Amino acid sequence: MRILRPLDVYKYLPQTNCKECGEPNCMSFAAKLVEDRTLAEKCTPLFRDTKYKEKLAKYLESIRPPVKAIQIGVGHNAVNVGGKVVMFRHDLTWHNPTPLALDVHDEMDDATITDRVKFVNDFKYTRIGADLTLDMVAVRCVSKSPEEFCRTVSRVSKLTAKPLILCSYSPEALEEALMAASASRPLIYAATKGNWKELGELALKYKCPVAVSSPGDLSTLKSLAKTLREGYGIDDIVLDPGTGTEGDSFAETLNNFSALRRSAIEVGDVTIGYPLMGIPAAVWLSPDEDENATKIRESVLSSLLMTTYADLLVVHSSDIWVLLAALVWRQSVYTDPRTPPSVKPGIYELGKPDEKAPLLVTGNFALTYFLVKEDAGKIKEPSWLLVADSEATSIESAVAGRKFTVDKIVDAVKESAISEKVKHKSLIIPGYAARLSGELEDALKDWRVFVGPRDSSAIKDFIEKVWKKEMHGEELTKEVLPLDRKKSG
Amino acid sequence: MRASRHIRVSLEPATPGEQRTEFLVPIIPVPTVQPAPSPAPPKVAELIKTDFRYPTFQYPSSVAEVQIGATKREGGSRGKVYKIGGAASLPFWRFDGVAPHLPVVALDTFDLAPPLARPVKEAYKEVLEDPAAWAKLCVEKYEADLPSLHLVSTDPGIKDTSASDAAKLVEDVLQTVDTPIIVGGSGNPQKDMEVFNKVAESTKGERLIFSSLTTDMDIRETVRPMVEYNHDLIALAFMDINQARELCRKSQEAGLPRTQLILDNTTGGLGYGIEYSFSIFQRTRLAALMGEEVFQVPLSSASTNAWAAREAWQKPEVLRPGDSIAPIESWGPRELRGPIWEATTALVLALCGAELFMMMHPLAVKLFRQFGNLIAKSQLEKSLKELRPENWAEAKF
Repeated sequence: MRILRPLDVYKYLPQTNCKECGEPNCMSFAAKLVEDRTLAEKCTPLFRDTKYKEKLAKYLESIRPPVKAIQIGVGHNAVNVGGKVVMFRHDLTWHNPTPLALDVHDEMDDATITDRVKFVNDFKYTRIGADLTLDMVAVRCVSKSPEEFCRTVSRVSKLTAKPLILCSYSPEALEEALMAASASRPLIYAATKGNWKELGELALKYKCPVAVSSPGDLSTLKSLAKTLREGYGIDDIVLDPGTGTEGDSFAETLNNFSALRRSAIEVGDVTIGYPLMGIPAAVWLSPDEDENATKIRESVLSSLLMTTYADLLVVHSSDIWVLLAALVWRQSVYTDPRTPPSVKPGIYELGKPDEKAPLLVTGNFALTYFLVKEDAGKIKEPSWLLVADSEATSIESAVAGRKFTVDKIVDAVKESAISEKVKHKSLIIPGYAARLSGELEDALKDWRVFVGPRDSSAIKDFIEKVWKKEMHGEELTKEVLPLDRKKSG
Repeated sequence: MRASRHIRVSLEPATPGEQRTEFLVPIIPVPTVQPAPSPAPPKVAELIKTDFRYPTFQYPSSVAEVQIGATKREGGSRGKVYKIGGAASLPFWRFDGVAPHLPVVALDTFDLAPPLARPVKEAYKEVLEDPAAWAKLCVEKYEADLPSLHLVSTDPGIKDTSASDAAKLVEDVLQTVDTPIIVGGSGNPQKDMEVFNKVAESTKGERLIFSSLTTDMDIRETVRPMVEYNHDLIALAFMDINQARELCRKSQEAGLPRTQLILDNTTGGLGYGIEYSFSIFQRTRLAALMGEEVFQVPLSSASTNAWAAREAWQKPEVLRPGDSIAPIESWGPRELRGPIWEATTALVLALCGAELFMMMHPLAVKLFRQFGNLIAKSQLEKSLKELRPENWAEAKF
């Protein structure tokens, strides 16, 4: 793997120290750039001023990643695929989260197409402060009719601003569709052993990225890429090594993806230095008797292909339960491993809590904090959230690992001086920390310790049904106590 | 090193007169500017043929093999025994070599059932009060390789079940199943040492797995009965490579051979910290392959932790945001969502080299095997080329 040093970049900068990039001088811009702490295009004079034309070309060449980033689509909704630098995310954050494209085809009825495209447009699931979305639409030519295909592509482009993938092996069908949709820079899928000449011409003529496809035959795949690259001067290429979904071909698929990625990054083979495309939708070529079984295969395959370096995926199922696991895995694996997964311990105000507001205790693992904060926000009244130092691990692990302890909670109570802010002297600890409750009551003397629910989604109910009643001295019926309430065992 | 989002790939205005600044919207770092294109080379008439060679690499080291369970001949009484480990490469890089064994899957059982997600409870509702029957169900009906018996009731804060009662229960379970078992403690360091010692002695020679050794236990004292009575031990580190290194090093220094040690780096479930597990499993395995001896042991994952994520088990009505566009059915039955969540967690870690999995839901196990056994399969028979999936784009589905 090539390690870029500040000087490698500096020599191609204007070296005028103009500060337009926000840095005091060109050298510090170069230093930040190689550490992945600023953006290449922030050196605006280099891109703007024609006198830097040669420098710009060399600059872009010097920072070109081993797997090129290819833009598909235009404007707000454009996606960047590829742009990969490392094999392992612990070496450097993975960039350009794998876009998911949902397929439609030209023999689906209008209502189905509209529903599916709208599903892509509107899909949004907010998780830990980020929106999980679908990114593209793949339009497939099933009819074999260029006119039908073009009609469907035009319809879809009117329905969505998300980037398209035009899928056919017929140059005629693709050209019809490109005449209608090339302005939005779709991905042309796919050049094969049989049609590469025509597809190469189309990619040049319509200035769109093109996928090359050769399932299970990587030498042909590489030959196709090399021919388009060296023979046609095309540099916006996506590779489809084939997605096998049945039996042994599945293992071979993961293997091929990994082999291509290693060749690009560790061997430095520029011929295959392009993003990889996986097709979990291919499970529908061999559906199971039980439709759900096929959907499950598609879900799992999506996550696994993403793990083994797929930079773009085409899926068919439009059920949230099928997509969600893959989307959450994408969100997870593309986070910056340098960012500590923690928030600062201390007292947080949710709303404007007063001396009567409930006091919730949790750990400082970021995921825990965000979930608890979100759920506590659903309680009618404001509340206090006391974050103890669980060493950035979830409550369940932190209790088992002695990172979320009585001492830590006592420290948090003392350091936050929360006893001056609440009158009721009661706190609610997470259900997973139930076994700390007795010892905690001993340590905090005049405090009352409640064991809350294990999952914070039940906090609202807990406050209403348990905490408020207890605090107002009402008798409790056994049914409303959560299972793992203190000393119930 | 630099990252992709700094790159601007070539792009010309798609229609004449279009402002290229339009593409500078900073939603994602979209490349907008290109250097002047070099003149296109003359187009070729024939495919430029070239070979793709698999980029193989020989790692200098490999991982120890750990046997689980011992037959009569070997000094135990198990009908079934397993081996894990022996890997000399990463599992999804078959071109570097394939590990000699399939992953081993344990299903969780408890001497005192904790609150369980409804779909999980449903699978075990007949046996929740009977650990031996529970273990039998896991092995016989749900086809787990072995049960994992968590002795949670031994916790002084819960029921304080004595070490000898715990040992009796373990013996009962061993009478009921023909497989080895994983003996899980309560998480109380002092009590776990006492329980492990007693159980290890009473099951001498059976080569069970004890789970687990943590930094607040006396490493020498915990390791001693494992060596003396021939059992395996899981060292549990909490997503901390230095802690993992220390536990592995100290337990090996205390006399435990690598053929009896398994490392668990802690599994954060999907959407609940899995990325930290992913990277730390990968780092420990790569370090092992590159020659760091203390890490040359099989890896274990408690994939059952996937059930901590609410998306795995909550009702759609609760999960669905108010403004959701999708119909409620689209959230799917919890009976399927949870198993996908658990299987995905296990499979992602299988791709990092984990070879022992503690799981919870029978369907998750089935799913895991469906994919995991393929990843680990020694010889592939049917090739992708034969299956010709290239027609997916034009197929009607």
